[in-house]
Amino acid sequence: MTSEHAPIIEMRNIEKHFGSVIALAGVSVDVFPGECHCLLGDNGAGKSTFIKTMSGVHKPTAGEIMFEGKPMHFADPRDAISAGIATVHQHLAMIPLMSVSRNFFMGNEPVKKVGPLKLFDHDYANNVTMEEMRKMGINLRGPDQAVGTLSGGERQTVAIARAVHFGAKVLILDEPTSALGVRQTANVLATIDKVRKQGIAVVFITHNVRHALAVGDRFTVLNRGKTLGTAQRGQITPEELQDMMAGGQEMVALEGSLGGTV
Amino acid sequence: MTDTAQTPEQDERVKEISSFRKALIRPELGGICGTVIVFLFFAIFAGNSGMFNSQGVLNWSTVSAQFMIIAVGACLLMIAGEFDLSVGSMIGFAGMMIAIFSVSLGWPVWLAIILAFLICMSIGALNGYIVIKTGLPSFIVTLAFLFILRGFTIFIPQQLENRTIIGGISDAAEGDWLAPLFGGQVGGWFFEFLGERGLIEVFERGTRAGEPVVDGIPMLIIWALVLVAFGHFLLTRTQFGNWIFAAGGDAEAARNSGVPVNAVKIKMFIMTAFCATVFATCQVMEFGSAAADRGILKEFEAIIAVVIGGALLTGGYGSVIGAALGALIFGVVQQGLFFTGVESSLFRVFLGVILLLAVILNTYIRRLITGER
Repeated sequence: MTSEHAPIIEMRNIEKHFGSVIALAGVSVDVFPGECHCLLGDNGAGKSTFIKTMSGVHKPTAGEIMFEGKPMHFADPRDAISAGIATVHQHLAMIPLMSVSRNFFMGNEPVKKVGPLKLFDHDYANNVTMEEMRKMGINLRGPDQAVGTLSGGERQTVAIARAVHFGAKVLILDEPTSALGVRQTANVLATIDKVRKQGIAVVFITHNVRHALAVGDRFTVLNRGKTLGTAQRGQITPEELQDMMAGGQEMVALEGSLGGTV
Repeated sequence: MTDTAQTPEQDERVKEISSFRKALIRPELGGICGTVIVFLFFAIFAGNSGMFNSQGVLNWSTVSAQFMIIAVGACLLMIAGEFDLSVGSMIGFAGMMIAIFSVSLGWPVWLAIILAFLICMSIGALNGYIVIKTGLPSFIVTLAFLFILRGFTIFIPQQLENRTIIGGISDAAEGDWLAPLFGGQVGGWFFEFLGERGLIEVFERGTRAGEPVVDGIPMLIIWALVLVAFGHFLLTRTQFGNWIFAAGGDAEAARNSGVPVNAVKIKMFIMTAFCATVFATCQVMEFGSAAADRGILKEFEAIIAVVIGGALLTGGYGSVIGAALGALIFGVVQQGLFFTGVESSLFRVFLGVILLLAVILNTYIRRLITGER
């Protein structure tokens, strides 16, 4: 990271309370353009709440969000999307019953004016969808093919391609590899690499250390709503990351008894 | 992966699908097959009974159009992922509101109609608002309104008029500018023309001798066709249509993509209430009266028509054209068995069989299209 490089998004001391539950107790993370910042943490660590705050779904109880150097207050996800923050969610990326092109443009439908009517421009949507899918190496039968007929990895790729097409500057990936097989995971990781090289900031949420180390530039570990620290690539070993995520001792003991396979 | 030029044009694991199969595999296929079967059936068994002369056609078209009007609302709402079980009670309630405003209170009929629309659409919005705010299944919320509205439909006229049937609306609607939009007829000149040419039957004696037996297309049918066209256009050709699919397909995913799911759902509840009120207004104008028991079980008939038409009960998938075909099947079967002289209780048996066959076929097709397992 060079010094003239400014973070595109900076989250400072974010707190989020749900009633009496403190989901986030002061989390700070910054992301630079063209880097893949991995956010690691076990289930319940607050990863999902944190990225929902970043993408405008939740409003932080305290703390500030700086986007391109200016403080930002997102009223809803549409605000965040139009600012250039796109999220690809774990299971909720696509609607299986709908066609690829309807999914691709969901919420951002191209509109063609015919007199006083505003119509969904299907021709444009279909052409763009086929083109973008070809770029990502997915062959569709047609733009009207339902997303339900695609594999899990392909669905994630469609979602990532969609975010990039709509000019995402920050791409948040919520456990995109957690339900995938080996080859599909490799494809998604390759897609992440491709996206990063286009200068897009990628926030990659995962609890799989190997997936994180494969593409990550920096690693931040969350535990019980707090940041345990951020490490550069090469400064940290997989074992250290794993220990931080699990919160230390028990994991070490367990790992010993399982012969280091966890 | 990085070199797009090397991507093969045809993936060996994607089977080519013939254009014939592609044309066949569509959500409306179940409805289309059902319609063909039903018409063939009645052409054979009721071909000479007058079912397909001008009066007969008008008869089953009118009944089908009634189903279509409420099916359009139910279809769009179902695709948006919700149900409205209060449609039948809403029909009774809307009709009673018009009767009370125009007859009991003596207000002009146009005002009564507009007020009925406003009240019912507000109730539709309230239904939607409660569903969204509480997160309860719309099944339960609208079931509550099924009872609430029916209760008021009986209670209010009893308190005001001491009866549950209010007549005299035809007299009140005389010369009104809005009433003919619901109770009138169009195209009379066309039927006169057909009658003169001997293409359709004419009255042979009485005061109307020489006039065609069918003197126009009821506005009810026009409303049905306009609503079906509007619903189909909205769903397939507009941005809002994509939001309807998205809201029903997966509300959470749609919200994350920036689709205003709550607004879409509430608007569809309002649309359903609008359709129910159109139905009620046409019925009141036709009969000249409102009765507290109007519209009973209509909500289920609407839902059945929608499901025959290929919509998925859980939302996110369906077709307005399919729902219209479902309504047509429903109307033709109901009236057709009357023409064949078959015991009318068999209507239910036949309808049940058609429903089952159409849904099995629809499920099979939907799996082919969407890759569900």
